[in-house]
Amino acid sequence: MTTLAPPTDPPVAPDPPAADTAPTGLRPSQLAWRRFRRDRTGIVAACVVAVFVVAGLGAPLFAKWYGHDPYTTYGQNRPGLLNEFGFPVAPNGGMSGEFWLGLEPGLGRDVLTQLLYGIRTSLLISLAVVAIVTVLGVLVGVTAGYLGGGADYLVGRVIDVMLSFPSTLFFIAFTPVVTSLLTHPGEQMSPLLRGAVIVAVLSAFGWASVARLLRGQVLSLRSREYVEAARVIGASPGRVVLRELLPNLVTPILVSASMAVPTYVTTEAALSYLGVGMVEPTPDWGRMLLKGAEVYRTDITYMCVPGISMLVFVVAFNLFGDSVRDALDPKSDR
Amino acid sequence: MFRFLVQRLLGAALILFVVFTVTFFLFFAMPDDPARLSCGKTCTPETLALIRRDLGLDASVPMQYWHYIVGVFAGRDFGSSHCSAPCLGYSFVNHEPVLDTLLDRFPATLSLALGASVIFLGGGIMIGMLAALRRGTWLDKSTMAFSLIGASVTIQFLGVIARYVLVDELRWLPKPEYLPFTDDPGGWTGGLLLPWLTLACVQAAVYARLTRASMIDALGEDHVRTVRAKGLTSRQVYFKHAWRGAITPVVTVYGIELGVLLGGAVVTETTFNIPGIGKLAVNAVANSDLPMITGVVLIAATAMVLANVAVDAVYAVIDPRVRV
Repeated sequence: MTTLAPPTDPPVAPDPPAADTAPTGLRPSQLAWRRFRRDRTGIVAACVVAVFVVAGLGAPLFAKWYGHDPYTTYGQNRPGLLNEFGFPVAPNGGMSGEFWLGLEPGLGRDVLTQLLYGIRTSLLISLAVVAIVTVLGVLVGVTAGYLGGGADYLVGRVIDVMLSFPSTLFFIAFTPVVTSLLTHPGEQMSPLLRGAVIVAVLSAFGWASVARLLRGQVLSLRSREYVEAARVIGASPGRVVLRELLPNLVTPILVSASMAVPTYVTTEAALSYLGVGMVEPTPDWGRMLLKGAEVYRTDITYMCVPGISMLVFVVAFNLFGDSVRDALDPKSDR
Repeated sequence: MFRFLVQRLLGAALILFVVFTVTFFLFFAMPDDPARLSCGKTCTPETLALIRRDLGLDASVPMQYWHYIVGVFAGRDFGSSHCSAPCLGYSFVNHEPVLDTLLDRFPATLSLALGASVIFLGGGIMIGMLAALRRGTWLDKSTMAFSLIGASVTIQFLGVIARYVLVDELRWLPKPEYLPFTDDPGGWTGGLLLPWLTLACVQAAVYARLTRASMIDALGEDHVRTVRAKGLTSRQVYFKHAWRGAITPVVTVYGIELGVLLGGAVVTETTFNIPGIGKLAVNAVANSDLPMITGVVLIAATAMVLANVAVDAVYAVIDPRVRV
């Protein structure tokens, strides 16, 4: 795993005694940016990720310009697009100048807009999960590591238990429980609420691994000279945590967060694929894959479109994460 | 060693107990009335009350919890029928004992997990070792690029595409299905070949990356440098000394992974329609079959916790530094 580089450059000291005479150096963030700029793979990956993000967020605008939306059943409303079995008439899943990536078999909805709106669903859910998990994990991990003793022991055991839950099974088993707690029987759940349930369930388990990572890091930093020194001169615990420890934890936090995004995109897609994630008619990659797996024999295009998009996105995000790590922490070699 | 194992097993039992307790209370907090689900369409208040009594649902939730625990260790009675220990209750849907269903489904999950393990451990470790030894060459770069893609692809996509190409179009592999090994060993192998390969493809990528990284670390360690300086051949250095250091992280990750797989490779089982624990879980959730869900979570958690203990034991055997 990522080993934190020993803090060769002292953590942002509030008022360095000889600030005027010291040679002007670059701030760590500037150094990291410089290293990142030289990493060609990282730049390309970042661009691909950016394209996906823009495409996802700009999906409604694009849909307006493109003239189709992901909900209208074009194939059913207009004769001649789908054949008698419900499959697109045009080759390659019905790709044409009007429907660039073809039509969905059966309902005849537009694939391209579904895909773009799907990015939005996956990305928003996974970003929300990563944000919650990171904040919770950092809070718990840093507190436990800093306090040590009984609190640390207790948190350690709770983390052990959390990580012993069979998480995938628990996701699929627990999502309906939360859903039924929040809705009356027979009532339809709004997509926003459903998304929130998925975020809640994924976050409930995700924080444990972040907390474990941060706790370990704090334990090793706690006994460093500069932390001891800060304590000796009477710095308050808040100051020690915020000014001495946290600046040195930025790297592991950023690295674990950037690695987690693609994982949650995949997990969210798996949940929808298993039928406990997002449901009709919310556009979602996992749901598209589920439909694609049903019709793959006749219309493999409908399977390939979300599958390949997701592959490209996850590969790009993983490469981007690798580059972020290399830029922030050049000593870790992998 | 013995003391260490006993300690770890006790810890595992405690964790399992906590997992079970949490699971039980979470699921029985569900507002759906399980008795009504069990009762069916033509449900009179009398039958409903009868079912509630038979399933032990007329007691309070803490009492139900107590009954469940007693059932696991000593067996319990449901209405007129007796369920001997370890009793995990009866399914609300088909009224079969949960334990029998779990045991019935377990061989499929076990076959999938073990078969795939052989392929992905063998393949992944070999690729990772090769890449580490030829670090920086095209072999290293191409295998690592391949592993990155492998680690990023989802099983539901890869599985369907592989099935389309290898089974439907080229007809190189037989149709994926599960036949019990004891009935038809040939059919068992053939039917599981595609699920094994799909699962292994995704997993091997992870192990290749991991093995490569830890092998590179191990090659830089002092004791490895010493044996190299003593003039041992490369082969002796790699396969007698460096591999020990390289293999420990692999063992850790595999231990956790095996625990997860034995609890049901949910997506793989769903994609290829293999009647294992994972598929059972998906169906149980769809049917709100509480005792079945609790049973599946319990067996999956057991697999995970036991796998962790096994990892610790194997660790102590491989790495002399761990033996304290």
